[in-house]
Amino acid sequence: MSWFSTFLTSSVGRKLVMSLTGLFLIIFLVVHLIGNLQLLFDDGGEKFNLYAKFMTTNPVIKLTSYLLYAGILLHAIQGWLLWRSNANARETKYAVKVTRTVNTNSFASRNMGWLGTIIFIFILIHLYQFWLQMKMGVLEMVTYEDVEVDNLYYVVAQAFQNPLYVVFYVICMVVIAYHLLHGFQSAFQTLGLNHSKYSPLIRTVGRIYAVVVPLAFAFIPVYMYLQG
Amino acid sequence: MKLTLKIWRQGGKFKGELVTYQLDNVSEHMSFLEMLDVLNEELVQKKEEPVVFEHDCREGICGTCSMVINGYPHGPMQGTTACQLHMRHFKDGDTITIEPFRAKSFPVLKDLAVDRAAFDRIIQAGGFVSVNTGQAQDANSIPIEKEQAAEAFDAAACIGCGACVAACPNSSAMLFTSAKVAHLSLMPQGEVEKQRRVQAMVRQMDEEGFGACSNITACEAECPKEISVEYIAKLNRDYFASSLGSETKVK
Ligand code: HEM
Ligand code: SF4
Ligand code: FES
Repeated sequence: MSWFSTFLTSSVGRKLVMSLTGLFLIIFLVVHLIGNLQLLFDDGGEKFNLYAKFMTTNPVIKLTSYLLYAGILLHAIQGWLLWRSNANARETKYAVKVTRTVNTNSFASRNMGWLGTIIFIFILIHLYQFWLQMKMGVLEMVTYEDVEVDNLYYVVAQAFQNPLYVVFYVICMVVIAYHLLHGFQSAFQTLGLNHSKYSPLIRTVGRIYAVVVPLAFAFIPVYMYLQG
Repeated sequence: MKLTLKIWRQGGKFKGELVTYQLDNVSEHMSFLEMLDVLNEELVQKKEEPVVFEHDCREGICGTCSMVINGYPHGPMQGTTACQLHMRHFKDGDTITIEPFRAKSFPVLKDLAVDRAAFDRIIQAGGFVSVNTGQAQDANSIPIEKEQAAEAFDAAACIGCGACVAACPNSSAMLFTSAKVAHLSLMPQGEVEKQRRVQAMVRQMDEEGFGACSNITACEAECPKEISVEYIAKLNRDYFASSLGSETKVK
């Protein structure tokens, strides 16, 4: 297997790991968003709670969720390692810095490490607040047609009444937007998919995704806060 | 015109610092290097050490004239080497900061001159065709698709200057390496060794300590030959195919 470790530890192989895990996270975010949008139903959280129950009990989804945790960790650890070794490749910095690029967001592309680290911290807080509470079984239960489920909706609705948390959440969505403004098209370039016939489409879809998905995520807490 | 130059001096009595020089009477018709020649003549007359900078062809084809001008490798004009940059692109009273290409793998020799032997070693690892291909072929004896010939030719425009490394926040040599891999592998004479070449050159590139590619594209923006990052995507494809899909193992 030495050929395989040679491949995986090469600069190109390491970027392949970033690209594949990144694309996986991109798909996950859409699924996650569809779930969160259930919060907007005016039903006291019934749809959302049933959805959360389904997501935590269905075996296929359980398996996928372990893949997801592994994917996030792999993406973050590989990202930090790349960030460090890339930074080490230049010892003396330039006195004058310029930021000209072609078809990419210069700010985002140069700050993927910082943006990713903020996202990582957000994920930790996010998991602690919602997911861990549910796992520890400290949530109140509600019953819908004889089925008893955790009232996750209550915790979420509570959290979104805290204006500081809402602001923090929205800022983190802006950070994700920037991460993806570069990351979406970058993942395709890393895979070697750069083609004059398709790349303009990839870049456009990437920009739309990077704006619309985080915007939709951010809309939910703002809406729920304003609803009271 | 009058200029204030802030030039990186390193070696001799300078331990690595930006030194300020005033230059009067710069003609806008001069090239950037001619402007530096004038400065050096003044320095020599004052019995000071002239600024060391590299140059050879002065016509934009050798890739020797490495320097970063106001933050831009080869200066602010795109698709232009430092030697082809003219002073008319600057204004009277401008302050111009001149630094060497900066990368751990390009150690500074003196002032603006850096050692780019790392590029030579990447070429030595696989940037060649092993068998003698003889005289230029008769035009129709080896048919090559027009688009493919153009793609190989665009890659072959790389002059190995290192501006891509200098521009890249990661000091990555991917644009250079991808251009060199592509220009050979797209031609029938070079295609024979393409599996080994791509693995060997990527490995050497990594061993030299260049960073990985974050697809920032600063390299393409600053490359004097405007080599496209499409070649980096192609390098990745070829590397995947060779490492994972071919029998070739590079020890
Ligand atoms: C919602 C979660 C995230 C998504 C959807 C995501 C997505 C992506 C994508 C698609 C890329 C481009 C990969 C490529 O260039 O081939 C990327 C790059 C990167 N990500 Fe993330 N990411 C996420 C979270 C994180 C986290 C938590 C970190 C933590 C450090 C991180 C750090 C990085 C870094 C450093 C890069 C740049 C790698 C490079 O090009 O050198 N990301 N991300
Ligand atoms: S790719 Fe462009 S910038 Fe890099 S070495 Fe070749 S000519 Fe110079
Ligand atoms: S001196 Fe040859 S390219 Fe500038």
